[in-house]
Amino acid sequence: MSTAPQAGGRRTVVTGIGVVAPGGPTRDAFWQLLVDGRTATRPITFFDATGFRSRIAAEVDLDFRAAGLTTHEIARTDRFAQFAMIAADEAVADSGLDLTGDGSAGGAGSVDHDRLSVSLGSAVGATMRLEDEYVQVSDAGKDWVVDPSYGSRFLHQVLLPSSAASELAVRYRAHGPASVMSTGCTSGLDAVGYASQLVEDGDADVVIAGAADAPISPISVACFDAIRATSARNDSPESASRPFDATRDGFVMGEGGAVLVLEEYEHARARGAHVYCEVSGFANRSNAFHMTGLRPDGVEMSAAIDDVLRQGRFDASAVDYVNAHGSGTKQNDRHETAAVKRSLGHHALETPMSSIKSMVGHSLGAIGSIELAACALAIEHGVVPPTANLENPDPECDLDYVPKTARDAELDVVLSVGSGFGGFQSAVVMNSLRARS
Amino acid sequence: MVTGLGVVAPSGIGVEQHWATVRDNAVSVSPIDGYDSSAYGVHVAGQVPGFVPTDFVDERLLVQTDRWTWMSLAAAAMAMDDADYDPAEHDAYDTSVALAAGSGGNAFGQKEMTSLYGRGPKAVTAYQSIAWFYAASTGQASIKHGTKGPASVLVTEGAGGLDSLGHARRVIRRGTPTVLAGGTEAGLSPYALACQSVGGMLSPGQSAETAYRPFAATADGHVPGEGGAVLVVEDADAARRRGAPQVYGEVAGYAATHDAASATAPSEDPAQYARAMRLALADAGVGVDDVDLVIADAAGVPVLDEAESRALGEVFASRVTTVPVAAPSGLVGRLSVGGSALGAATALLCLRDGVVPAVGNLQDPGPVHAARGLELVARPREADVDVVLVCARGLGGFNSAMVLRRHAPDEEDPS
Repeated sequence: MSTAPQAGGRRTVVTGIGVVAPGGPTRDAFWQLLVDGRTATRPITFFDATGFRSRIAAEVDLDFRAAGLTTHEIARTDRFAQFAMIAADEAVADSGLDLTGDGSAGGAGSVDHDRLSVSLGSAVGATMRLEDEYVQVSDAGKDWVVDPSYGSRFLHQVLLPSSAASELAVRYRAHGPASVMSTGCTSGLDAVGYASQLVEDGDADVVIAGAADAPISPISVACFDAIRATSARNDSPESASRPFDATRDGFVMGEGGAVLVLEEYEHARARGAHVYCEVSGFANRSNAFHMTGLRPDGVEMSAAIDDVLRQGRFDASAVDYVNAHGSGTKQNDRHETAAVKRSLGHHALETPMSSIKSMVGHSLGAIGSIELAACALAIEHGVVPPTANLENPDPECDLDYVPKTARDAELDVVLSVGSGFGGFQSAVVMNSLRARS
Repeated sequence: MVTGLGVVAPSGIGVEQHWATVRDNAVSVSPIDGYDSSAYGVHVAGQVPGFVPTDFVDERLLVQTDRWTWMSLAAAAMAMDDADYDPAEHDAYDTSVALAAGSGGNAFGQKEMTSLYGRGPKAVTAYQSIAWFYAASTGQASIKHGTKGPASVLVTEGAGGLDSLGHARRVIRRGTPTVLAGGTEAGLSPYALACQSVGGMLSPGQSAETAYRPFAATADGHVPGEGGAVLVVEDADAARRRGAPQVYGEVAGYAATHDAASATAPSEDPAQYARAMRLALADAGVGVDDVDLVIADAAGVPVLDEAESRALGEVFASRVTTVPVAAPSGLVGRLSVGGSALGAATALLCLRDGVVPAVGNLQDPGPVHAARGLELVARPREADVDVVLVCARGLGGFNSAMVLRRHAPDEEDPS
């Protein structure tokens, strides 16, 4: 059973946040959506979804040029990489770090670029662009031996999700370790968790850490149709994503990205940075059961929760809020309710636990980082985001899911959990600095 | 430390077949099977001959997974056999799967997109949701072998195999005793190959001998290949306790850097690549005089070969004239993520048997490398090999380096 050492006592804190989410593509717009309990799910507009089982999604409306990308950057990258770049720009600006120089000037916000890293999560990488290009080079699927002269000259980059990590490394001249973490729908938690390990282990002082996905394209919508994982509530898209509700019928596909600037605590303190919270634990486990199915007992997710609390040196009763995976599938919501009860015991009954997927949908690998951004903002503002659309209690889901309306609450210890295809179960614990004092 | 190796590569299926090919220095690149790839300006590739997936994967799973996953599952099963390790004999949480990924289940994805655009959304199968994405191999291996330890899937193109091994050490240090690391790639489907063909990195050579020629003065790109390796990495005490049948070597040092120079063009500047090598050596606590062999990345693209040659020159200084530089990838093509995993596996076999392998398909090396005094090994030979530096790069600027060391049973083992 694994327990992370507090290697060299290096602690990881969040000093910058950037979010591109459905309903408002900035950190502030995202947070306001959550506080208001509004939903950003709607009929799919990106393509004609006639003939698909699920025809709803949470789409991001964004002018990428106005948001700061160049025409060349847009031309050579997929939408998921563009989300990552825009979220990262916002996070870096928020952190007060000056990543434009080479670090030698030694100003308050300067960093050693050799110790600046990138950890980006993504479940499906450049699938949307790969599909668009495929339509061109295959003549809409007619030619098995495709003709690349009808495609982009950047197809090699598009083929490899790692290209998005390179885009970020080049953008900030990050010479430390860079990677994409691609563990399906836990990618966003795992990429930030991995980044915190880089800081703990002394491999980096600052990490641009987050995740992005842009899966709202015909091939992805069709494959989730095939396994009936997505909601078919096409007549009421705005209330289709209803985690923990007795009438839930699947998740609503989303898209977007979020980036956190993770920084070693002393590094942040030395420059007088604003600290949102500490990332004090990350753990993941596999259920070794099924690529898409979940046993109802939640044992493996519970093992991950126990481990993060151990790493953070928090008793289960210290947890003030649980940010749920809450995808809105029958199996998931039951599974994680059991997991949280198993780990928190009686305390689970009095701990608010909500799913922001009710508002921004499920953006696959991106959502884990978007949820961690929500947790950091929840600690910052002292507000628990609600679970929208929760009208009909499910006897199998008997915790306090914060139905429909946000709540004020002082939050010191926050747990975020995630679950993904492949059997992956992840947990992250974040805490306010005052939780340590 | 590494206690088991599983190989599925153009050089052979299974460790010993691969090793015999390396020792014979036999180029294992062949005309592309299955379709006419000449429109892509690519004629040969490193393909795994005689790979019968049903030898390793049952029929039910076969239809749910891509060729890339078949190769991962095959290599993982062979690695565990080799290590005499069965996860079922241990606590389920004591084993992790951390296979790196490259382009995912691209052949499966192409087939499903063909169905979608030919016959409509209802023609897309349920398995598309689990076969294409990059975590498919790690997830399937975890389920097949019942492993519940922390899983991960790092994606850093060609550096991925080493990054996976480096992460395995992190996972072990955090308390999970056994990790399946490494990875495979199968990017030879028409669409995946077409994507690679526009990158300017593939050789137009018509034959094995005239295509991928690492470090040649007239090198014109690499040959793509499929396959890779999976390694069983274990905590030293745990391996000792269970009586592991062999120890190939230990992961003594590891580091990764990024060029951060250009998102689309290869970097000429060797500074960050050299820094990765230095950090890995420092992490292992060894000096350049201790290194008996370098396994090079060997891009086969002049600007990248020159950058690697310069990086080695900077790191090794005067020692560069006496440290042998080998590149087994010259025999099989570049296997992306699988290539660096195979490089590490090959390095461990060099430790086991005391062999310095060659730069595969070494022809007329560029005069700049000779001027620098680099010893590009032309023919495999026997030699004392205790410490190997394995180097790898990934498209987009990823650099990784790893020091593998012969295991000294009497000493305390850090990995």
